Amino acid sequence: MLAILKRELRSYFSTSIGYIFVGIFLALSGALFSYTTLQQRENSDSSFYFTLMLFAFVVILPLLTMKLFSEERKLKTEQLLLTSPISLWSMVFAKFLAAYAIFAVTFLVSCCNFFILFNYGSPEVAIILGNIISILLVGAAFIAIGVFVSALTENQLIAAFGTMAILLILLLLGVASSYVNFTPIRLIINWLSIFTRYTPFTYGEFSFSAIVYYASITFVFLFLTVRIFEKRRWD
Amino acid sequence: MIKIDHLVKHFGDKKAVNDISFTVEAGEIVGFLGPNGAGKSTTMNILTGYLSSTSGSAIIDGVDILENPMEAKKKIGFLPEQPPLYLDMTVEEYLNFVYELKGCTLSRKKHLAEICEVVKITNVYKRMIKNLSKGYKQRVGIAQALIGNPKVIIFDEPTIGLDPKQIIEIRNLIKTLGRDHTVILSTHILPEAQAVCDRIIIINEGKVVANEKRENLTNLIQGNRRFEIQVCGPQKEVMSELKNMQGIAKVEYLGNSELDSNMFMIESQPGIDIRKTLFYALARNNWPLIGIDAMGATLEDIFISLVDKAKEQQKPKRTKAQK
Repeated sequence: MLAILKRELRSYFSTSIGYIFVGIFLALSGALFSYTTLQQRENSDSSFYFTLMLFAFVVILPLLTMKLFSEERKLKTEQLLLTSPISLWSMVFAKFLAAYAIFAVTFLVSCCNFFILFNYGSPEVAIILGNIISILLVGAAFIAIGVFVSALTENQLIAAFGTMAILLILLLLGVASSYVNFTPIRLIINWLSIFTRYTPFTYGEFSFSAIVYYASITFVFLFLTVRIFEKRRWD
Repeated sequence: MIKIDHLVKHFGDKKAVNDISFTVEAGEIVGFLGPNGAGKSTTMNILTGYLSSTSGSAIIDGVDILENPMEAKKKIGFLPEQPPLYLDMTVEEYLNFVYELKGCTLSRKKHLAEICEVVKITNVYKRMIKNLSKGYKQRVGIAQALIGNPKVIIFDEPTIGLDPKQIIEIRNLIKTLGRDHTVILSTHILPEAQAVCDRIIIINEGKVVANEKRENLTNLIQGNRRFEIQVCGPQKEVMSELKNMQGIAKVEYLGNSELDSNMFMIESQPGIDIRKTLFYALARNNWPLIGIDAMGATLEDIFISLVDKAKEQQKPKRTKAQK
């Protein structure tokens, strides 16, 4: 597993995709941070920043996941992985972990922006930390979804746009629920919505059920990815 | 070393592999021969654990690939039809990656250096794979299969797309590997199997149509009944004399040659050695026989006749079923 993890991490930076991701991520987070906090003066709201970042992830996280399996399939290098003495789980998890590591490190670096705020006032540390933890969890779920879509196709572009579409739908579910009058369906949509689950963190509340929810999504999509490879072997 | 037992693989309605059984002994180089789409790659992919069989079993050195894939995969080195190379890596990075991927425990530096020596890629060790020629890429693919010193090495169409010089080099390499490993090699090129393999398994439409030692396969069909002869004598008369010999089945004029001689192909009837009769017949007419060469059937002949034979055997069954 370590071999695949190392190879993936190296490959992000031997091709330009790693630099592009880090560059766009930091530029975007810097701009959003400056817009939502520094320019708002005393009304600055760090939760709004994180919410916007969540939507930015829809576009930038697929950059990390789109090639993970689709390229292996296209170049037939997956034959090497699938005929080597490693389990499907460790193969899938190594790929997930590589993308996640790049995301998490870049995100944590971008959070250094918050040190600036302490020069001007006393921001609520609890809210910021709650948001950071939940963003790390949402990121894991998003990346797991990206890994799954990447295993479905050998075309990187389809993998990227497919992931974007799914992530966008998941985020907008919460917004859509307010238009649904039928209560049971609204409850179900709210239950499914990534965004609704995220809201407590923006108040500085620590929601255990949300953590379980994001962890479950991550697990389910990694599990489905393993199943794709098993199914393909039997077909 | 390898035991394939009643292997079947369906792709939807299509039977890509239809009840194949064979065994491969340790140290053998076995050629897996068949036209494109015969089921060669599918069988190899099942053997390496890339695909699962619909039914039947594949056992490598006593380990069933379906029941204990991890253990079985450790015993196999595989070069797929398209070598699984990461173009953004150097040869060194790639081989180190495969070394770690396979959980190899041999001394890394020494083992990789030995492999590079055997497949002759030491001079490109530090280069990016994407910048290598096709021949070198193929060698890196072979090097990858050798990592961990597996007992069985499987090559799927190893010389496809290479130039003639590279083909000969890769064939020699495979022969060398056959000294220490059990090798299965799939190909649709008959001379390749002839040049490299100890035994040849011919497969067509998912079934084994022949499984013979290389020499036996030729004898199986023609039994050394064909000779190419060179005779100093007038073409027409020699031809008619040859045709009148006892035990002759076929005579063909091949053309004239140096020393005013003519070349003929003669084929005897089964079970008859025509050589003495030939000698006396020509001596009677004072036509010197200045050359005689035994002609084995080429694998092309064998292949076509075996495949036709298999088809003919299937035909009556089909009509019965239709009725």
